[in-house]
Amino acid sequence: MAEIKESFFSADGLEKRLAGKKFWKTMMTEYWIPKDINFLWAMGVVLATTFAILIVSGIFLLMYYKPDTALAFDSVNYTIMQEVAYGWLFRHMHGVAASVIFLIIYIHMFTGIYYGSYKKGREMIWLSGMLLFVTFSAEGFSGYMLPWGQMSYWAAAVITNLFAGGSLEAWGLVEWIRGGFAVNDATLTRFFMLHVFLLPLVIIKLIVVHFYTLRIPHVNNQSSEDIDYDAEAEKYLAGNKKESKVIPFWPVFLSKDFAVLGIFLIFYFYLVFFNYNFAMDPVNFDPANSMKTPAHIYPEWYFLWSYETLRGPFFDMFGLKAGDIGLMIFGFAQAAFLIIPFIDRDPDILPAHKRPRFFIWFWIMIIDLLVLTVYGKLPPTGANAWVGFYATAVFLLLFASMPFVTKADAKARGAL
Amino acid sequence: MRELKILAIVVFFTGLLYWGVEPFAHTKLHPHVPAPDYTFKDVDGLNGLTGDATKGAESVASNCTACHSITAVGFPPVMDDVTSAASYGVVPPDLSTSGKIYNADYLAAFIKDPAKAAKTAHKFEDGAAHPMPAYNWMEPQEIANIVAYLQSIAPKEMTNKEVYVDACQRCHSIKYGDFYGGSMAAQTPDENIKSYMGVIPPDLSQMIRSRSEGFLHEFINDPQKHLHGTAMPRVGLTEESEDQVVNYLTEVGDSKKAEREALAGPFLGYLVIFAIFALLWKMKIWRQVH
Repeated sequence: MAEIKESFFSADGLEKRLAGKKFWKTMMTEYWIPKDINFLWAMGVVLATTFAILIVSGIFLLMYYKPDTALAFDSVNYTIMQEVAYGWLFRHMHGVAASVIFLIIYIHMFTGIYYGSYKKGREMIWLSGMLLFVTFSAEGFSGYMLPWGQMSYWAAAVITNLFAGGSLEAWGLVEWIRGGFAVNDATLTRFFMLHVFLLPLVIIKLIVVHFYTLRIPHVNNQSSEDIDYDAEAEKYLAGNKKESKVIPFWPVFLSKDFAVLGIFLIFYFYLVFFNYNFAMDPVNFDPANSMKTPAHIYPEWYFLWSYETLRGPFFDMFGLKAGDIGLMIFGFAQAAFLIIPFIDRDPDILPAHKRPRFFIWFWIMIIDLLVLTVYGKLPPTGANAWVGFYATAVFLLLFASMPFVTKADAKARGAL
Repeated sequence: MRELKILAIVVFFTGLLYWGVEPFAHTKLHPHVPAPDYTFKDVDGLNGLTGDATKGAESVASNCTACHSITAVGFPPVMDDVTSAASYGVVPPDLSTSGKIYNADYLAAFIKDPAKAAKTAHKFEDGAAHPMPAYNWMEPQEIANIVAYLQSIAPKEMTNKEVYVDACQRCHSIKYGDFYGGSMAAQTPDENIKSYMGVIPPDLSQMIRSRSEGFLHEFINDPQKHLHGTAMPRVGLTEESEDQVVNYLTEVGDSKKAEREALAGPFLGYLVIFAIFALLWKMKIWRQVH
């Protein structure tokens, strides 16, 4: 280490020690992003902001929340919602952001799938992103239990009970997760710990990893063009800003992000003030009651599609019990999108509209997930059960067909 | 242009998703029921009779006050709540405000046959009797007189809370109405109400959030429509009184509603200004690179 002679208490001395200018350059003014992007590229910053809203509102809620089955419901619905100044605002912000962040995650995810941003060098971005999705799911699920309403209790009972399916039962897994034979105080306190400590810690770490993984391969662009970043950055720095195919993260990329963020925040706060029931289910304003099963138990909307794959196979097949098949498909659905980079056999990175068969695959996937989501909420009776069955079958077929669909596109293009 | 096209697609699918999991799913989960009927057309009520309040006063004194208090005219409760709940199964209502909060036809029909008017006859099939006996032996004119008397002594104005107390509190607690004092607990003790109703009726603190306002009106007006076979009686509130009950549930369960609605404007206004400036700044920056 070079000895630094400048005083610690001078701007120059601080710069020598921390190299703030170099850091700023590396992270901001000379972190290059393709110019050919649209507003979907702002979803990362929208997500980061929504996560920040969740952390800040969560900290305020944490000051008054009581993780105890006898106190939790009132601490949320009386103390926070009615006594604490603007407690209701923080709770609405927290509940609505928790729901909206999944909408943005899905948009972010399907943007990646549409533009082929998961492959050929960008696998790590995809994998870290999917790990974030899984961790956020756990964060959402554990948080939903905390108000200790009817849905908190029964969703927890139903979902933890999944770990009693098949041969898992013999291992006593469900009791180990719950800390008892039924969902109880121990379950609440451990999910509280997960929600406010362990999972946020993991999420923050994964966000750092996610940012790191995209630094080297760079962000994809609208036409999936392969850009020579060094050459284009040189052009930009030489003043040929209009010709250069890249822009710096600050201020050019972020200026667009802020504009998108502005519009997003109007939408988000509209929901916070006027339309919050979709995120804060009314049923959860009934206190948890282990003796009274609600008429309909369903998870939050962002879990519905995978929940429906669990219910999809409602009759025994291939010598297996319906419940076991459902559990296997459900298990697969959780990790299904992780494997996308490895089952895409097309050697080129191209947006879906330049891959005709994959384009159709993509939109069938979107529609199928929508069908699964809507029917995941409806009672699985009569025709609903069959819709769920076929939508689950389509979901599996889509994954099974992806290697062939993508290969066929590549062949037709002459790339294979 | 392309951005707008993409935005249209995102908005379309987000809208479709929202429609599917909210309005559409809710029509499937909560079947539609007929709108509340505040005229109580189905009951055998006054049938057009006009009562004489003075004569009604005598009938009330000789038929009702053995069990019911009427504090407004000097008939105090004969027993405390615990004792009367133990005696009758449920604390009998004070009749001071009945003439105002209950529909007159309903009131007449209730006096004639309480279980039938309240639509709780299914609770009394196995020999159990409604705590209040039926007065179907009484002349319809005399019943009309009683109703006229109850109307004559009823107050003209009541607060939302007063209506709630008289209409609901004999069976339901509403803890958040007096969180630290506990004065809003049900008047009938848990053990009595449980044996009378089969379950402890739910605390109403958060009903305004857990049920929609529309649902509450449909349910209070006729509980059987949404919850067939429920032990909760149809109580026969007038439309005005029912509004007051729902308003009280809002005051207690959603006490920050006014603050929320008042804050929305400035909040969203600020964000619109932020968005405009962000957009202008973006255009300024991007002009250099396009």
